[in-house]
Amino acid sequence: MDPAFTRTVDQVDLLRFSTAGSVDDGKSTLIGRLLYDTKSIFEDQLSAVESSSRKRGADDVDLSLLTDGLIAEREQGITIDVAYRYFATPKRKFIIADTPGHEQYTRNMVTGASTADLAIVLIDAAKGLSLQSRRHALIAHLLGIPHVVVAINKMDLVGYAQSAFDAIRTEFTEFCTRLGISDLTFIPLSALRGDMVVARGENLAWYPGPTLLEMLESVSVVGTRSGALRFPVQLVTRPIATDPEQIRSYMGRIESGGVARGDAVTVLPSGHRTSVRAIMTLGAELPSAYAPQCVTLLLADEIDISRGDMIVAAQQAPRADKNVSAHLCWMDNEPLAPSRRYLVKHTTRTVKAMFTEVTHRIDVASLGQLPADGTLRMNDIGSVNIKLQQPLVFDSYRDNRATGCFIVIDETTNHTVAAGMIQ
Amino acid sequence: MAHLDWLESEAIHIMREVAAECSNPVLFFSGGKDSAVLLRLAEKAFRPGRFPFPLMHIDTGHNFPEVIEFRDARAAELGEKLIVRSLEDSIKQGRVRLRRPDESRNVYQSITLLDAISEFGFDACFGGARRDEEKARAKERVFSFRDEFGQWDPKNQRPELWDLYNTRVHKGEHMRVFPISNWTEMDVWEYIAREEIALPSIYFAHRRPVFRRGSALVAVTDLTPPRAGEAVEEISVRFRTVGDITCTAPVASTAADAQAIILETAATRITERGATRLDDQTSEASMELRKKEGYF
Repeated sequence: MDPAFTRTVDQVDLLRFSTAGSVDDGKSTLIGRLLYDTKSIFEDQLSAVESSSRKRGADDVDLSLLTDGLIAEREQGITIDVAYRYFATPKRKFIIADTPGHEQYTRNMVTGASTADLAIVLIDAAKGLSLQSRRHALIAHLLGIPHVVVAINKMDLVGYAQSAFDAIRTEFTEFCTRLGISDLTFIPLSALRGDMVVARGENLAWYPGPTLLEMLESVSVVGTRSGALRFPVQLVTRPIATDPEQIRSYMGRIESGGVARGDAVTVLPSGHRTSVRAIMTLGAELPSAYAPQCVTLLLADEIDISRGDMIVAAQQAPRADKNVSAHLCWMDNEPLAPSRRYLVKHTTRTVKAMFTEVTHRIDVASLGQLPADGTLRMNDIGSVNIKLQQPLVFDSYRDNRATGCFIVIDETTNHTVAAGMIQ
Repeated sequence: MAHLDWLESEAIHIMREVAAECSNPVLFFSGGKDSAVLLRLAEKAFRPGRFPFPLMHIDTGHNFPEVIEFRDARAAELGEKLIVRSLEDSIKQGRVRLRRPDESRNVYQSITLLDAISEFGFDACFGGARRDEEKARAKERVFSFRDEFGQWDPKNQRPELWDLYNTRVHKGEHMRVFPISNWTEMDVWEYIAREEIALPSIYFAHRRPVFRRGSALVAVTDLTPPRAGEAVEEISVRFRTVGDITCTAPVASTAADAQAIILETAATRITERGATRLDDQTSEASMELRKKEGYF
């Protein structure tokens, strides 16, 4: 293989980010602009959009049409569901979780935010802060997204005035400080005119910071999976017939930290201690491995280990408990029923669970606590206590996203009814 | 972590979740490049053990011979079980009725496919579909639920959070699982080059008699003969996608190996399906409508 090619491919990393907003905020136009100006739009896609724009009587090409996926969306001019989009620059590959701001907004924003390293909160410069911008910031914070970029869009509608930008920045910084968001970047832009998205344009000379794309290309994604070893066991393999030692091995993905041959580890929830005998991938033994690699571990001692157990660093063990407190975002039409049993899927473990208490709901606008009257409804975010049939092995979501998150499944309908973050 | 390693790790994790939680999975293997990548990922996930699922191909009867040869050779080389169910049989059984004997069979394979899923009682089916292929696919989950009629309801999908996949189905329902959802065409070729994955020869440049129809090139075959006035020429072409002969078009190319294809892919200005899939161009929503009926 050409060494120059190998180097290029190996150097390129990946950033996942989420956007949220309604058509009115210019979200679809912003994404269309990012794709268009990074030359990620193909000729056949563009000609389809041009002909749709003409059919609707538009003079210019409507970049927002690039992101409409389903028949109903095109008919109604709305976005129904989370869509995933891809583009690349020489510096990085990007996956966008594009979430609509209409119906089911919270449910969709939470879904998109759950896998994001960065969130773009869109604010319309002409309208100022909306409930939706606040909701998105709250969700980005709850979902532990490390970086928040506030894109103050439609600067063309306020004459590109710095005063409009500054006013929104001051007000939104105050809100985010109350939330506890520290990594906050503000960028003035016009997605429609293409200012400060990919190109700087000529209208925002007073702004010294990076363009949106420069920000996306340069933000650090290291550290999101740092910390101590967490290895949830996904599959236990039986000994291979030809192996003279008849040893079991444990397949899984390293969710955080790293592991090296000889490391002391603890198996939870049993608490057994042993050490790592070998780290395998296809056809090769590795001296060490890091998150988020998928590997197969062989241990020094014969211990009873099943799927759902977790192999962790002996020094910094997570908690194992049958009772947890969590933030919950409810996502189903049927409200939370305290009398019912649900399933909680956490890492590779699925256990029966009951909600013993709904402590409160969160008011998105004021960040205050509202009484929960014993339940949560679709798009509610609240705080709950959960009793589990078997212990979960977990960290708080703040410390470790992968071992602090869970989903709730309704055993009767099989719907995914809630997303949870352990406190 | 480099992006290919990240994508590979995500796919292995997804495959192992299916192995752990689903009782009777299967992997769709057509002999095409995306499913060849799936097989490589399955080796990474499960070797030195056997795959915990068989392979299955829905044969429309309209295949390029090189692809069928490759399919059989690859399955034999891996030592894994290959199930083939054919549209021809569905036609004989009266389950499928064609309007014209030479029309594209791409739409009809959904019937053979759903029959095979119910024949074997599969509850999870791996497919090589990617979200960058088509705009209806951009909205599909990695674990995509199908009801007892095999149908996809795009407005009623389960939310999919973090890497926590809800794999549960009732009897008669199943999951389509797409481990390379987040890969682009470029990622696929970079991975094929890196892992030196073998493919059917028609993916690489070769000389072939073709003619032009609309914006596409059409290969001269028994099923796709030129009409009066369509001039045949022999040029160097390759296939970007491989499917039913009647709806798969080659592109002009001199790229003889994966590296050369990567360079061409970087320079191309037309999407993969736009250039080569005659069936997607029928309407803005062709793929969505086919998927609702149970298509891959």
